Amino acid sequence: MLQSIGVTNIDELFEEIPDHVPVANFRAIESSLTEMEMVFRLAERAKQDELGSCFLGAGSYDHHIPAAVWDLATRGEFLTAYTPYQAEASQGTLQLLYEFQTMMASLADLDVANASVYDGGSGLGEAILMAVRSNRSARNRKIAIGGAVNPFYVKTANTLVRNQGIELVQIPHENGVFDPNQCPIDDPNVVVVQQPNFFGLLENVDAISNWAAERNALLIAVVNPLTLAVLKPPGEWGGSGADICIGDGQPLGVPMASGGPSFGFLCSKMKHVRQMPGRIVGRTVDANGDVGYTLTLQAREQHIRRAKATSNICTNQGLLVTAATIYMSIMGVSGLRNTASRCHENTKYLVAQLEATGRAQRAFHSPYFHECVLRCAGDVGALTKSMIADHGILAGLPLGEIDESLDDCLLLCATEKRTHEEIDHFVELFNHILKEA
Amino acid sequence: MSETPQELRYTDTHEWARVEPDGTVCVGISDFAQDALGDVVFIELPETGTEVAAGAEVAVIESVKAASDIYSPVSGEIVRVNDQLTDAPDLVNSEPYDGGWIFVVQPLSDDLSADLLTADQYQEFCETDSNAH
Amino acid sequence: MPTIPTIFDTSKPGRLAGGQTPKEGDLTGLPDELLRESNPVLPEVSELQAVRHFTNLSQQNFSIDGNFYPLGSCTMKYNPRGAHRAASQPGFLNRHPLTPAFASQGLLSCFWDLQETLKTVTGMEAVSLVPMAGAQGELAGGLMIRAYHEDCGDFERDEILVPTAAHGTNPATATMCGYKTREIGVAADGDVDIEDLKRVVGPKTAGIMLTNPSTCAVFERRILEIADIVHDAGGLLYYDGANLNAILGKVCPGDMGFDVLHLNLHKTFATPHGGGGPGAGPVAVNSLLQPYLPIPMVGKLDDQYIWLDESYFPLTIGKLAAFMGNAGILIRALAYALMLGREGMVRVAEYATLNANYLAAELSKAGFQLAYPTRRATHEFLITLNKEAKDLGVRALDFAKRLLDFDMHAPTTYFPLLVPECFLIEPTETETKTVLDEFVSAMCKIREEAQENADYVKQAPHNQVVRRLDEVRAARELDLSWSGTEG
Ligand SMILES: Cc1ncc(COP(=O)(O)O)c(C=O)c1O
Repeated sequence: MLQSIGVTNIDELFEEIPDHVPVANFRAIESSLTEMEMVFRLAERAKQDELGSCFLGAGSYDHHIPAAVWDLATRGEFLTAYTPYQAEASQGTLQLLYEFQTMMASLADLDVANASVYDGGSGLGEAILMAVRSNRSARNRKIAIGGAVNPFYVKTANTLVRNQGIELVQIPHENGVFDPNQCPIDDPNVVVVQQPNFFGLLENVDAISNWAAERNALLIAVVNPLTLAVLKPPGEWGGSGADICIGDGQPLGVPMASGGPSFGFLCSKMKHVRQMPGRIVGRTVDANGDVGYTLTLQAREQHIRRAKATSNICTNQGLLVTAATIYMSIMGVSGLRNTASRCHENTKYLVAQLEATGRAQRAFHSPYFHECVLRCAGDVGALTKSMIADHGILAGLPLGEIDESLDDCLLLCATEKRTHEEIDHFVELFNHILKEA
Repeated sequence: MSETPQELRYTDTHEWARVEPDGTVCVGISDFAQDALGDVVFIELPETGTEVAAGAEVAVIESVKAASDIYSPVSGEIVRVNDQLTDAPDLVNSEPYDGGWIFVVQPLSDDLSADLLTADQYQEFCETDSNAH
Repeated sequence: MPTIPTIFDTSKPGRLAGGQTPKEGDLTGLPDELLRESNPVLPEVSELQAVRHFTNLSQQNFSIDGNFYPLGSCTMKYNPRGAHRAASQPGFLNRHPLTPAFASQGLLSCFWDLQETLKTVTGMEAVSLVPMAGAQGELAGGLMIRAYHEDCGDFERDEILVPTAAHGTNPATATMCGYKTREIGVAADGDVDIEDLKRVVGPKTAGIMLTNPSTCAVFERRILEIADIVHDAGGLLYYDGANLNAILGKVCPGDMGFDVLHLNLHKTFATPHGGGGPGAGPVAVNSLLQPYLPIPMVGKLDDQYIWLDESYFPLTIGKLAAFMGNAGILIRALAYALMLGREGMVRVAEYATLNANYLAAELSKAGFQLAYPTRRATHEFLITLNKEAKDLGVRALDFAKRLLDFDMHAPTTYFPLLVPECFLIEPTETETKTVLDEFVSAMCKIREEAQENADYVKQAPHNQVVRRLDEVRAARELDLSWSGTEG
């Protein structure tokens, strides 16, 4: 090969690099391991982190995933394909994405879904940028954020939007829910509400949607896609429905995996489609008139529109979308409905049992879905620590760091995976630890 | 070779401008430009009533693989837009100088000769422009 | 080959995968007006139907596992299954993102090791692993540059310089950072036009974004001079690490004068592309920008690994993800780095460069035109099919589509825009000489076909599941979700 190139050694191939000096410190990097050695090392570390029952949600949920989902998603043809720019060689991925768009748009009852953005947090940032571009007649760039929108999402969105002169205005929550009367500004350009909200509570989405519409503000719905199998979809909220719906797809067949990779989804009314970020697949025909699929509306994207693109996103979270599509197909309408309703029932059971100990009480009284805030008689930080250290149980999220007035509160969740035995055991430990303290 | 009607004026960003009997200026993109863009799939039209300065971006025209801004050749107010293009963007390809017009400006002054190119100048411009590629 | 009906077409109301349907839960007590009335359009199929559908769909894809995939700038190399397996262990997969650090020492030690490795590889001071892809790394970098200037009391700098040949994410990122993009020209030899750079650089320059090797697939030889020019004007240098594969262990961005950079772990560190993602785009910085890194990072305190958040980094640009970014991809990248080791890393650059130069030489001998014939190929190279387009009427697009019929994925086409009718070809280090030779034969064969019957090539592909698709119709008559059985 060197001969064909016309050089005598490999170093000559690097002759254009000026002052070619070896990388300093490169020797600090370890010598190579075999696969066996590497797996052994990482297995030891993974083992260290194994825990038992999870009663923690707050944006990442411990659901059952049918075995077939990842067996299929990790077929080499899905796993090791590139972005489907060459449509004729990527019909598998493209058709799958079209089916995904159909499922997501329908879950949200909106016209169109993209495929995909990075995660729920950055998805909220993208949705805000999209809404601001779409609501061009608006007088300002102020976004009213409901008080119980996931605080991790809000922080992330703020990183993404603040340098474009966009201001996020937080509405204080009233008893854990969105209260328009608390909104510090009159004329928001965009309103953001989450359903179920970060505290697990159900918002009065019809009223909030109408309130936003009266102010000519666009409405962004932040949702958990699994709950849409039983909750009213954003497209049907109030008189005109939400304009944009975003969320994290993790509950749809994606392992918690420390928070990533997961994927963000984004749906909207058709009139906003040209402001959408991310890739979109369309159905069309080929030269023979047969059905086929291709990426479309690409003139929105960075590779064509460059500085004026709707987003800089390029590589997205395709494989997770693949898993979610397979998950939704296997679960179907009943699987999704029953999973969602079972989560609700299990959480209700958990809350009732905890309240029965006399050491915990619901902090808010609006109806909740599958997460709930409980005020506890004791130090919740010490409780969660002991639960992990002594029992391997994740006992929920202490809320003090997020809201000072909730520093004796835990946010808890029981998915369809938690059995009554697990819950009873957890409640017993809960009672015991708080009694001893 | 693309068509470049003599009676129109042109810009170096490939718009054409035609002074209408009522003094307004009708704007579209040249045959050369539509050919370079390929099949037009969407046009983002300006809103009527918008004040524009000469050289300001007022519309966007998209093909499958490209998007380009359309600039107003004159200063004034947008008084009409071609709504037909919403459903039939291909008019820009098939009739760039007729059915494919994009918007009409009521100009602030009625002298637009100064900065715009004649058909011959524009043709020459296109030739050098395409050789550069 | 038949097209596959959508999964909705095969769906029957009431059919389900019994084994996957938990017992229904009780919803009484939830307000009626908050509940859903109609069912969503989801498939109602058996588990086997779903498995077969997606298996059949997968078989309509090209992939690295099945095909040569010489996509320039994308680094489609083999993705070792061992890395995937290592990241898929229960301790990693089932870890809730909010598990406290004391119960996550295994994971945090992995992140720490990866941070250290990437610091060494890039020659930079500190690393944050959070960004979820290259473009998000660019965003983090742009925001850090902005934060730095603003902290210096300098609010006048509102321009980012990028070469005309830059990847689209560069200017798109500048906009997201609230900056204007100023393009600088590329000289005839593929290097940045230094005179043009000198003309546009100045007190408004916040920074410059460069890829090196550049998107013209050559090494930017005057990089140190560029660094001086931009630094002298008060701007910072951003290194787009998309092409790091070419120089791994040979030279590092830190030694080229860069202040901040991202790596694409899904390229250089071989994490699978997944049909579009996920990736990971860690950022590395020198000490100037260290205070602004996106959180969280992993630190070490008395032998314990800890999360470094706002309390340690009060000047951070903030969060870029709800949690920690694409943690699972980071583990795969670490696994790959461990298997490469220091010997392997240098080999990556050497074999990638060898393969590219060999393929360039062979294509050139076969009569194809290199875009920069006087330059050494890096890990990739550009050819222009302008002559074929003019003489035969067969464009780069047609060559690309016809290559599919030879079971080879097309190279990157029409990027950078600057070179007409171009192919950006990156064979990667994991291909054998035989595959490269087959690619040359295929290109020659297609050219022969074009000489005999141009239309045949222009109508390619011929052997794929579909013929060439009507993209104009897709964009004009938007059909973005299934709405009934009729196609
Ligand atoms: C040169 C260059 N820069 C930036 C990017 C963007 O990286 P990502 O796709 O990971 O966001 C890419 C990859 O597509 C690239 O090739």
